Amino acid sequence: MSGHHTLGTATLRERQASAVADTALRGKLARASEIFTTRKAGAFALIDDVDGLRQAARSIRSDINSRLPSVLERFADNVMAAGGNICWAKTGAEANAYIVNVAKRIGAKTAAKGKSMATEEIELNGALEAAGCEVVETDLGEWIIQLDEQTPSHIIAPAIHLDRYDIARIFDERANAGGIEPIPEVMNAFARGRLREKFLAAELGVTGCNLAIAESGSILLVENEGNGRMSSTLPRVHIAVMGMERIVETWAEADLIVNLLARSGTGQHISVYTNIVTGPRRPEDVDGPEEFHVVILDNGRSELLASDLHEMLDCIRCGACLNVCPVYRQTGGHAYGWVYSGPMGAVLTPLLAGHVEGSQELANASTLCGACMDACPVGIPLQDLLLSLRRTKAAKAGAAEKAGWRAWSAAWSHRSIYEASVVAATSPARKLAGSRVATKLVPGAGRWALGRELPTPASSSFRSRWKKGDL
Amino acid sequence: MWQPEGMNAIKPVDAASASRVSFFITCMVDVFAPDVGEAAVRMLRESGCEVSCPLGQTCCGQPAWNSGFAADAARVARTSLDALEADDADAVVVPAGSCATMIKVFWPELFELVGDHDAAARAQRLGAKTFELTSFLDARPSPNRVDQSAPAHRGPTIAYHHSCHMLRELRIHDAPLALLERAGCTIADWPDGDRCCGFGGLFSVKLPETSVAMAEAKLASLPAEVEMVVGSDSSCLMHLAGRAKAEGRTIAFRHTAEVIAAAAIAGAAIPRKGQA
Ligand code: SF4
Repeated sequence: MSGHHTLGTATLRERQASAVADTALRGKLARASEIFTTRKAGAFALIDDVDGLRQAARSIRSDINSRLPSVLERFADNVMAAGGNICWAKTGAEANAYIVNVAKRIGAKTAAKGKSMATEEIELNGALEAAGCEVVETDLGEWIIQLDEQTPSHIIAPAIHLDRYDIARIFDERANAGGIEPIPEVMNAFARGRLREKFLAAELGVTGCNLAIAESGSILLVENEGNGRMSSTLPRVHIAVMGMERIVETWAEADLIVNLLARSGTGQHISVYTNIVTGPRRPEDVDGPEEFHVVILDNGRSELLASDLHEMLDCIRCGACLNVCPVYRQTGGHAYGWVYSGPMGAVLTPLLAGHVEGSQELANASTLCGACMDACPVGIPLQDLLLSLRRTKAAKAGAAEKAGWRAWSAAWSHRSIYEASVVAATSPARKLAGSRVATKLVPGAGRWALGRELPTPASSSFRSRWKKGDL
Repeated sequence: MWQPEGMNAIKPVDAASASRVSFFITCMVDVFAPDVGEAAVRMLRESGCEVSCPLGQTCCGQPAWNSGFAADAARVARTSLDALEADDADAVVVPAGSCATMIKVFWPELFELVGDHDAAARAQRLGAKTFELTSFLDARPSPNRVDQSAPAHRGPTIAYHHSCHMLRELRIHDAPLALLERAGCTIADWPDGDRCCGFGGLFSVKLPETSVAMAEAKLASLPAEVEMVVGSDSSCLMHLAGRAKAEGRTIAFRHTAEVIAAAAIAGAAIPRKGQA
């Protein structure tokens, strides 16, 4: 059983406020994201033309998405030619129903899962468990948070918000580790032992898919622990779940994207494991599943593809934008309230979880500082997309908010009214601005004063000095 | 950056050759930091410019634009566009990176979005001659009027706050540092110098807890020897200073214009570009 998302149960401000109140969390996030960004710089230092590479990646991604249906068809044909099965899932519910059906047909009691954000998005674990199939997350970070009934707080490092002491406590409390020492090697060995039993027992392996390659009908999985390889080879049946945009046409394109993926995300030149799966086990193979399925998940992506915000589908889920985001570094991923976090989550959540109350608010979870756009290996203009989402939200705003902006623009589009407001602000009454009274009178002042001293306007404005000829 | 069709042909104006400039005050400087405006005007004159300040201008419209209210932003922006355009100077100079970005980068997009193609084209032309203050000053070739024989002024040890739009939209990084160095400042290495301070316009009051936490984190990485935090956006400085005061810090927060103007008054030799 995994944890629950808070979107719709608390406001963005409430979620963020409780996250930043946890100073220990902020320290852990700062350390972890610093490690990622420093490593990233190192991994890119060896590449001569980083901008050229990013440009190339960007044009590959947008080219593929511009003809996505035909690329997907080619992929599906080749998966089937290699002996695999395809499920076109319009919704998360359709995807889950397909997977649950397979689990039931083969009588699966245990499913071993590799890391996959798409299955988080569709809440597959709950669906399988409701059907009597135990789900074991086999990525170490995912397993830790599964034990503690939490959700991932980062798209590539799901337990980034936990340190080794937290993890030792979770192992003790949730996995009877018997007073395990908070030493990474010791805890790794413990997890390996427990997970190995599950791999051997699992009849069903479920993984995500970092990239599908249409020309050969293959899927590519990058990971660092070997659990993705085991989930896709040991169980009798392997199902890979892919968001429908997670695809390229050729191996040359895949090469370029994979080159950027690990460097941008974890700062590795290449992940420890890069698994390529093409169809089920062939007679001459020594291992591999008897059945191989790919679930191609739409779940709102077609609509996104047809919208002005389609560039978001260029995302390769590297996590770089989370690591550099100054908001994410303070709040962590859970405050975003849903599956995806950081700048990419702030854009994706309103688009993919638009039906959940409060999802539109995510567009505000950014100062528009642009660090994400700079970090993104495929050059997604995240800041522009957030602004566009804010316009959509503003169009649906309540009458009072609209009237407020209307009044402001009516006033400040006239020199005389603007000047009157400047005169008022710089009048002797301005002294009140720094006082507690202002927190009652001036909109926003009360919120400003939470942790900041209020500024006092000057005693004479610039324009009054200019008019007087003082300068 | 968004570009309307056929607009790529507009040639950016050369800051070095401008002789008359329109000063865009910005509403923040007008009310909260008029001293910054004064210092900016002084330094513009120092660099050999005649400065005008068309008072029909109001605000750049950024608060509404960033909140998604494009039509309201356009209404206010049009007022300022009209005033600046009518002033017909060689260049427009703005003492705030974010407002300069609003004019140069977002005005054309904004007007286009609300269907005002004429204003979009005018904004594109105005944008080509609009400069953020420090990038403008740094590019000026004119000999400064400061007494070159005066003993070099030793300025404070400062940490520089790179504000986001100035750094990542306008790509201005070195210009303010060069000016500050020439004004005798020692610039400390601030690891978080280019990280967002958490102001973010209305973000600062919409999500105040996070906004404050960001300021706190940024200030926490200030090197001990720093006497003053300097930046080129008064709004960020106001937010950082507000947080610093609440933390009981005594450090000063100043706009680049104020620091270099103070140095000029103190008689610092501020060599022209390429001479430092
Ligand atoms: S938006 Fe860009 S930086 Fe963020 S996860 Fe996607 S590809 Fe990576």
